[in-house]
Amino acid sequence: MNDLLITLLLILVKLGLIFGVVLGMAAYLVLAERKILGRMQLRYGPNRVGPGGMIQPMCDVIKLITKEDFIPDRADKWVFLFAPGLTALTALLSFAVVPFAPPLHLFGREIPMVVCDLNVGVLYIFGLSSLAVYGVVLGGWASNSKYSLIGAVRSMAQLISYELALGLALVPVIMTAKSFSLTEIVMSQADWPNLLRHPLAFIIFMIAVAAESKRTPFDMPEAENEIVGGFHTEYSGMRFGLFFVGEYISLIVIGAMTTVFFLGGWHGPFLPPVVWFVMKVLFVAFLFIWARGSMPRPRYDQLMHFGWKVLLPLGLVNVVITGAVLVALNG
Amino acid sequence: MANNYETMTINMGPQHPSTHGVLQLVLELDGEIVRKATPHIGFLHRGVEKLAEHRTYHQVLPLTDRLDYLAPMHNNLGYVLAVEKLLGLSDEIPERAQVVRVMLAELTRLKSHLVWLACHALDIGAMTVFIYAFREREHIMNIYEKVSGARMTSNYFRVGGLSADLPAGLEQEIRTFVNDMPKHIATYEGLLTGNKIWQKRIQGVGVISGEDAIDLGVTGPSLRGSGVDWDLRRDQPYSGYENYDFEVVVEQGCDTWARYVARLKEMHESCKIIHQALDKLKPGPVLADAPKVVLPPKQDVVNSIEGLIHQFKIITEGFKPEVGEVYVGVENPKGEVGFYLVSDGSARPYRMKIRPASFINLQALPKMCEGSMIADVVAVIGTLDIVLGEIDR
Repeated sequence: MNDLLITLLLILVKLGLIFGVVLGMAAYLVLAERKILGRMQLRYGPNRVGPGGMIQPMCDVIKLITKEDFIPDRADKWVFLFAPGLTALTALLSFAVVPFAPPLHLFGREIPMVVCDLNVGVLYIFGLSSLAVYGVVLGGWASNSKYSLIGAVRSMAQLISYELALGLALVPVIMTAKSFSLTEIVMSQADWPNLLRHPLAFIIFMIAVAAESKRTPFDMPEAENEIVGGFHTEYSGMRFGLFFVGEYISLIVIGAMTTVFFLGGWHGPFLPPVVWFVMKVLFVAFLFIWARGSMPRPRYDQLMHFGWKVLLPLGLVNVVITGAVLVALNG
Repeated sequence: MANNYETMTINMGPQHPSTHGVLQLVLELDGEIVRKATPHIGFLHRGVEKLAEHRTYHQVLPLTDRLDYLAPMHNNLGYVLAVEKLLGLSDEIPERAQVVRVMLAELTRLKSHLVWLACHALDIGAMTVFIYAFREREHIMNIYEKVSGARMTSNYFRVGGLSADLPAGLEQEIRTFVNDMPKHIATYEGLLTGNKIWQKRIQGVGVISGEDAIDLGVTGPSLRGSGVDWDLRRDQPYSGYENYDFEVVVEQGCDTWARYVARLKEMHESCKIIHQALDKLKPGPVLADAPKVVLPPKQDVVNSIEGLIHQFKIITEGFKPEVGEVYVGVENPKGEVGFYLVSDGSARPYRMKIRPASFINLQALPKMCEGSMIADVVAVIGTLDIVLGEIDR
């Protein structure tokens, strides 16, 4: 009884910690993105509120909350209200299976540094990332706006085109780790990270994951220059904020996934594991911000073309080669 | 209906991030494919042509700044040349004024092309280029400010010459800027030209053949991108353009890529012309010796009775060209901008008709984007380099 209570308590503490850290990181990632992009573009970025603009995220949140929560005429009200939450929620839930440090030994107990070490963690993350697009599609569809509808259709097409490539990129990783559990995958990279073992898979993974997250250069579903913001055209106030935060949380999720699958998770010399983990996540996030600052946006049909005709065959070939090599090595 | 699907009609603009102002495009969409694009204009109509009929010739000049507000000096030039032709004053413009006009006109071309590049890249999603191009534009605006006191609405050229001589030290500043410019253009190219996504986005998009372009009246880099060798600076030289050594950039591709390359090369050519103009620049008067037309210098107004009378007459009454009509076209950064002036012998133009480059280039838009995707429409608007101030007048 006592043991169960402590376990429950520990899970709650970890949940709270992850919730707080991820939300805080998302908020400051927005700031970081604006600052880094500003620096890349000969601007300062936000620097008025607090020292160096450090309180800017709080101000943004206050602004978003106090804004009018506008529901367009003849919108599908309940779906419209529900959709942004779905996006943010699915992004947050993905974190449950991400291990951010090796298990801790405290008072004779082994405390895994992950909320829930599912033995099918990879599938769980896949499921959630597929669900995340529902927020976008439903939001766009329920807005009763043509631009939103186009955005929703685009995001659906994008998801279908890239989900497969994403899955295929991970197959070699799972093959070497011989497990679907994220903790096991990190453990399997103790010697060297998967980035060196499966460079091709890494490239496919990065492109596919960028396309799935709707980040520039793959931001066709919102493409403000074409369809004025796409699925979130009609959203205002905190509901828009939820989409926005969802995007940044998923950026952290991507960072965490890349770290876990390819960059060796918490492994690294000298520094404590958690520090390595966070540094790797932030580095991946920085790569995405960098891409946003330097890339134009491809056209939607070109993107699909690339997904189906380039990434998917490459992913398949990669799986076959990895399988062959593994069989050859293990006799 | 024969087919069992419907098209979706969508209003792109007048409030839209990439319609460059208040252009409205009514798109008929079949999925993402544009079946029909209809431009609607008129949201920025100010009646410039009508306003001109109630102003003296000198007073019309500030109106021309506001046509193509990205290239105000060029509009000034076109108007001023038309009035000078009407007055028969064309041969009396001092050498220095001519050279300064060409130099500033080419700086204006750089400025306008920089905005084109910035917006074109931004529309296609490359937002960093936008700020880089605007940095150089800012420099040109500073030069504008030193020359004319204003950053956008220069109102600097005058019938008969210039409103004032160049401020001291400006020539050196312009030379430094133009020396640096090729390096900056290389930076933009570094961000765009080699980028696969950028190439894919603009190659083969917005195709218009040379013949179609001529039929639709397209002018400027948009025409030269379709392989038609036509540039008023060389073919109907004005302001002494015949004395400069420059190349008319012609690209054969007919697509957005060809126009992109053509404009970038044109920027290099502009730098060349500015260098030559700076070499030609000799001290001298900047206003023609035509006391009935040109405002006298301030000390003459104060010290001599003739000066005072001329000043009074020109300000209160204006000058009266003889009855007649003229048309002068100049090679604006966006194409041919023409001023057609009819004089009935009074101090005000009887009629001023402007041939705007953007308005006529816009005619090509439906042809260029029908059958393509929404994203291409944005690229085509960018490549046509339209300015609504000029379209709506």
